[in-house]
Amino acid sequence: MKKYTNTGSKDTRSGFGAGLTELGQKNENVVALCADLIGSLKMDDFKKNHPERFFQVGIAEANMIGLAAGMTIGGKIPFTGTFANFSTGRVYDQIRQSVAYSEKNVKICASHAGLTLGEDGATHQILEDIGLMKMLPNMTVINTCDYNQTKAATLAIADYDGPVYLRFGRPVVPNFMPADEKFVIGKAILLNEGTDVTIVATGHLVWEALIAAEELEAKGISAEVINIHTIKPLDEEAILKSVAKTGCIVTAEEHNFLGGLGESVSRVLALNNPLPQEFVAVQDTFGESGTPEQLMEKYGLNAAAIVEKAQVVIKRKK
Amino acid sequence: MKPNTQQLTELTTQVRRDILRMVHAVSSGHPGGSLGCAEFLVTLYQKLMDRKEGFNMDGTDEDLFFLSNGHISPVFYSVLSRSGYFPVSELATFRKINTRLQGHPCTHDKLPGVRMASGSLGQGLSVAVGAAQAKKLNKDNKLVYVLMGDGELQEGQNWEAIMYASAKKVDNVIATVDLNGKQIDGPTEDVLNLGSMKAKFEAFDWEVIEIAKGNDIDSIVAGYEQAKAKTGKGKPVCVLLHTEMGNGVDFMMGTHAWHGKAPSDAQLEEALKQNPETSFGDY
Repeated sequence: MKKYTNTGSKDTRSGFGAGLTELGQKNENVVALCADLIGSLKMDDFKKNHPERFFQVGIAEANMIGLAAGMTIGGKIPFTGTFANFSTGRVYDQIRQSVAYSEKNVKICASHAGLTLGEDGATHQILEDIGLMKMLPNMTVINTCDYNQTKAATLAIADYDGPVYLRFGRPVVPNFMPADEKFVIGKAILLNEGTDVTIVATGHLVWEALIAAEELEAKGISAEVINIHTIKPLDEEAILKSVAKTGCIVTAEEHNFLGGLGESVSRVLALNNPLPQEFVAVQDTFGESGTPEQLMEKYGLNAAAIVEKAQVVIKRKK
Repeated sequence: MKPNTQQLTELTTQVRRDILRMVHAVSSGHPGGSLGCAEFLVTLYQKLMDRKEGFNMDGTDEDLFFLSNGHISPVFYSVLSRSGYFPVSELATFRKINTRLQGHPCTHDKLPGVRMASGSLGQGLSVAVGAAQAKKLNKDNKLVYVLMGDGELQEGQNWEAIMYASAKKVDNVIATVDLNGKQIDGPTEDVLNLGSMKAKFEAFDWEVIEIAKGNDIDSIVAGYEQAKAKTGKGKPVCVLLHTEMGNGVDFMMGTHAWHGKAPSDAQLEEALKQNPETSFGDY
């Protein structure tokens, strides 16, 4: 089995910025809009290289979503950039009517998702965005795990015709996915083969799942690790194939357990192969201020939590 | 060859009949605002807009129209069908199961002529301004029109878009406000007084054209020729179109009661008597 190593920690939002820079050079229909967070979203290069295709909209997210929807009508591929909270909850109806229902080719790119936003606290730490977006018909929902995957996803969604929600984060985290790994929307990536338990993780929890698998191995437990970057459409086949072998599953995400990846996986299991599942996710609460590491520990979103839940779920196997 | 005032007047009468019959047939829909905008939409599609044959979503090298106040879908559908976008007979399917003519317009069922869903208010201006900016990027010098209700301007997103359009010099958009002074709960001045629309748009650095007789075709033509002349000069253009809700049906005028109410059989008969069938024929 391939060993994944950290090739140098970086933030996922910089992966988005790098992807957008590359898109600017190779696709003249790509335009970018930002609601007063250019530096935070790493959109500086695109703005500098293509001022005519960059739109600073000010602190007016509802208008930004509508503008983006309108620009698709002239054949443009708009990428909107702001924090995850202001990309979803604040503009839900604009996305629902002007983008999803209207089937517009808008890419909603959302940084600072989840608890790892850190010190700004709960007003900015959205833990409901995956649920909000996956409930919208026509919407594709992607949550990337590291710099390389975020860059690859940014490039891939430009080639896909339809609304996409791309979720990434603020902190510097291990970069471990191969830079040349092709990003296929809706196709899960098997990171580690195992036989005792399946761990399906998304976003920042993927690296934690790999560490957890090593710790479990030391305890004599063989864990299969799947990187689910696309929450909708979900790669049901990959999940079912894995649990057919392991007989149980742990889902791990930086999101409320209501409405997140875990519930999507539960639905797949309930319909096809009911098996024990444990959730590594936020337990229906808001976040708070703190460092990313402190918050992930306090809310049980790290390798230790995955190890614990893996042991619990294995005991529940018949 | 663009139609003359008499032809436009006749078509408007036919559109009124369409609106009344469509709404009556399903006992639901919004006749008041639809009737109030009949002259405007007929004139816009038949005379003012530079349109291409057929329908292409991107609308390259032609003028575009967005309906933000989607509840006046009856007049929109009638004018679209009578402008050749889809068969007039399809008006009979309005609001019925499996129809392309949904209660509020949408793109989902691929009805030619519709470029965005609307119904949840306050979103059309942003979309129109975005489409106008795309036209500029594409070096397409045609115009983008958008219609909003006056009550709809109570939605905050409009003011984000109004601020943006002037700041970014989006001067290829003509936004019309249907100033009929009425909304579901009553007169706009009672529900939430909008004050001077002219002063507000001017304060946001827009060009403002006022059309006092918004149900008079010659006034509409003159006003929009003036509005068109203001485009391309660095400022977005707003037309304040004073209309009468329920126009053309005496018992539907001067009240907000017909905003979202369908006529009974007897009321339909009376309303149609006031608007006799024209040479265009009923659907």
